[in-house]
Amino acid sequence: MAVPTALITLLIGMVLTLAGLWVGHNVNLLPVDASSNAPVYDALFEVLFSIGTVLFLGIVGLLIYSLVRFRRRAGDLGDGAAIEGNLPLEIVWTAIPAVVVLFVGIYSYDIYERMGGMASFHDHSAMQVATQQVAYQSASVEATQDPPAERIWGGIGRSTQDGVSPVVLPVDVTAMQFAFIFHYPGPGITAGELHVPLGQPVRLRMEAKDVIHAFWVPQFRLKQDVIPGQPTLLTFTPTRAGSYPIVCAELCGPYHGGMRSTVVVHEPEAFDDWLKSNTPATLASASGGISTKSIA
Amino acid sequence: MTAFTPAELEPRSLQPQGWLKYFSFSLDHKVIGLQYLVCGFAFYLIGGALAGVIRTELASPMSDFVSRDTYNEVLTLHGTIMIFLWIVPVVNGAFGNYLIPFYVGARDMAFPRLNAVALWLIPPAGILLISSYFLAGAASQSGWTAYPPLSLTTPAAGQIVWILSVLLLGGSSIFGGINFIATVLKLRRPGLKLMQLPMFCWAMLGTSILVVLATPVLAGTLILLSFDIIAHTGFFNPQLGGNVVVYQHLFWFYSHPAVYIMVLPAFGLVSEILPVHARKPLFGYTTMVYSIMAIVVLGLIVWAHHMFTSGTPPWMRLFFTIATSFIAVPTGIKFFNWLATLWGGKIALNSAVLFSCAFIFNFVFGGITGVALAQVPFDIHVHDTYFVVGHFHYIVYGGSVFVIFASLYHWYPKFTGRLLNEDLGRLHFVLTFIGFNLCFAPQHWLGLNGMPRRVAEYDPAFTTWNQVSSVGALLMAVSTLPLLINVVLTAMRGQHAGDNPWNALTPEWLTSSPPPVENWIGEAPLVTEPYGYGEAPGTVEVNRLSGKDLWAQGKP
Repeated sequence: MAVPTALITLLIGMVLTLAGLWVGHNVNLLPVDASSNAPVYDALFEVLFSIGTVLFLGIVGLLIYSLVRFRRRAGDLGDGAAIEGNLPLEIVWTAIPAVVVLFVGIYSYDIYERMGGMASFHDHSAMQVATQQVAYQSASVEATQDPPAERIWGGIGRSTQDGVSPVVLPVDVTAMQFAFIFHYPGPGITAGELHVPLGQPVRLRMEAKDVIHAFWVPQFRLKQDVIPGQPTLLTFTPTRAGSYPIVCAELCGPYHGGMRSTVVVHEPEAFDDWLKSNTPATLASASGGISTKSIA
Repeated sequence: MTAFTPAELEPRSLQPQGWLKYFSFSLDHKVIGLQYLVCGFAFYLIGGALAGVIRTELASPMSDFVSRDTYNEVLTLHGTIMIFLWIVPVVNGAFGNYLIPFYVGARDMAFPRLNAVALWLIPPAGILLISSYFLAGAASQSGWTAYPPLSLTTPAAGQIVWILSVLLLGGSSIFGGINFIATVLKLRRPGLKLMQLPMFCWAMLGTSILVVLATPVLAGTLILLSFDIIAHTGFFNPQLGGNVVVYQHLFWFYSHPAVYIMVLPAFGLVSEILPVHARKPLFGYTTMVYSIMAIVVLGLIVWAHHMFTSGTPPWMRLFFTIATSFIAVPTGIKFFNWLATLWGGKIALNSAVLFSCAFIFNFVFGGITGVALAQVPFDIHVHDTYFVVGHFHYIVYGGSVFVIFASLYHWYPKFTGRLLNEDLGRLHFVLTFIGFNLCFAPQHWLGLNGMPRRVAEYDPAFTTWNQVSSVGALLMAVSTLPLLINVVLTAMRGQHAGDNPWNALTPEWLTSSPPPVENWIGEAPLVTEPYGYGEAPGTVEVNRLSGKDLWAQGKP
């Protein structure tokens, strides 16, 4: 035995860590990123994937090694060593997972903060004002609404970045069995697909007519339930032009699998063209917008 | 037989004897345990057939195999049957009832009649549930979660039958839980201390605490839901001022602990199987006990991680993220302790050990994805997708069901006195392990890339991996055949096992196989060191050990 056990353990640990980092960095399991918080999400995913790979390979490696090394040889009817425990060892493997989950928890809190999930936690009044602005803008269209009494729930996403508050595009989303309807309170457009400009924050105010639905765009890494009786908010900034699926992610009835739509991210000029060609003055094209809504 | 058993001194029972007793209202915990096991397995086959319908439908991206309504009925029944009629009754009812009285040194459970009542609630509840598809016109279509308002708007008769059935099964579970707590705490043989009990007793104690604390909440919730359906009350109906998110809180207050109700007994069973076949003491007994209790406490305060995309306030998301992540710590301790139990042992690589080790493999994978899912930002993307479907099948199938199979190979000689065939056992293992991983590993990728769960149709871009998953499901279905053949052939003409084929030290092996009606002819042995394996100087050689020696050791 020329090589001490501690050195072998250290080397195996280093190889495992490198393997984990390599896998986390090079194995891509996610779809393209198309919103400002998708890269943030992907960074968290890489960290979790790396840690998970190290732990999984380490534990499974240890398991397979034990099964091979300590298998019962033919004719051996004896017992193994009478080891009933080892307190320092047990403290070590209590401490390591505790530190890992604490690190993961703090890191994911930071990620969540960067994605805007804690917005209303830190500055509740700001969130309230923001929601009331949206409500105010839509109030001209939906006269039945009662903004002060309304409580808007949860919803991830922030529209301000580094103190700069760009213009937010408000869109009212209505989910029903089995379609999403998008209403633009400013120009008064109603459409079956969500059209948004590249780089501008979009705030969805979502309401369900019948049962719970969920608004999910995998390429944005965002999901929010759409709940009857409780409007929810979702804010995102698209960063890549293209068309992406909008998927209902909450079982909502027999056609749940068909409840899909599309979000089209336009270049800003193209979005202005779309707005112009769809404003209600030309009613024909507005109804054309509705007819594009997905399968029912 | 020279000695009179207590049963023979009693007046002649009207209970059927012989094989008919397995169809009777028997009060014998061993008969009840096997009734749970066989009944659960029958429902496993039905639930598996329903899974086959789901995977056949998903082999193509269009909804073309069954109608959309039927598909939702199938997925609802699949989930409900597998949880409430297979895993919960088998890991708790079957192995709990069979083993716990042996482990505490008792002749039966604390409340034998309640025990039989708990068992006999299960077949009617299961038949009621399945018959709703044929009799009520439609079975429940709102998933095993039955979220309102969907559960208020889908066909009412099917939903009500579903609620009745789950209430009966929940009642059965509560009766069982009370019985286990009473048996472990009050029926211990004099001289046997709590910290000398086999680990499965601790697992069942922890599980039963969860059952008794959490199941009544589900029952209350479902009763309110049935009022909303029948009497048009508005507890959860937003049109009548109800709140749908409150239902989710109440539902998950039970249904997250339900995960631990399904896996904690499995943890206990693995803790019994590994030391016997590795010929080593269970590593870290005390930390294992504390880990179980930590899981029980933490398991009760993590439910809202199922609701990160519902309307929950940010502080709640943060709290439940941290609480959920920390469950990984006691769970991790248990896994490291099992690895340490194997380390330096003399491991027999038989079917029981292979299934137990595959359980470690699967559960570590499911645990890692579980810690990832606990992180709110991670969950926001993959919640309600096939990633979650993959994750929880790694926990409940890769975890609990693999352990059920391991336990079957380990305790079948105790049940029948015959050893299951090892070649068929290994074939069963290989098919199950490959089929399971082929079926559920690709689902993680599907979820990450945009496939939601509970859909009958999907983006054609996902076809290939769905087909791989369906092939895996087919292999899992085929893997049942060697098991069934093995069990039937062995029962008829298998190799005789003797009383203690594994040279185990836990008390269920210190009697004949199968055991007599009241477990021991004579007094129950006092086993203070159920894991006393190992070649420490001064111990009796295991081959020559008998219950009498152990009993004698316990005397001053």
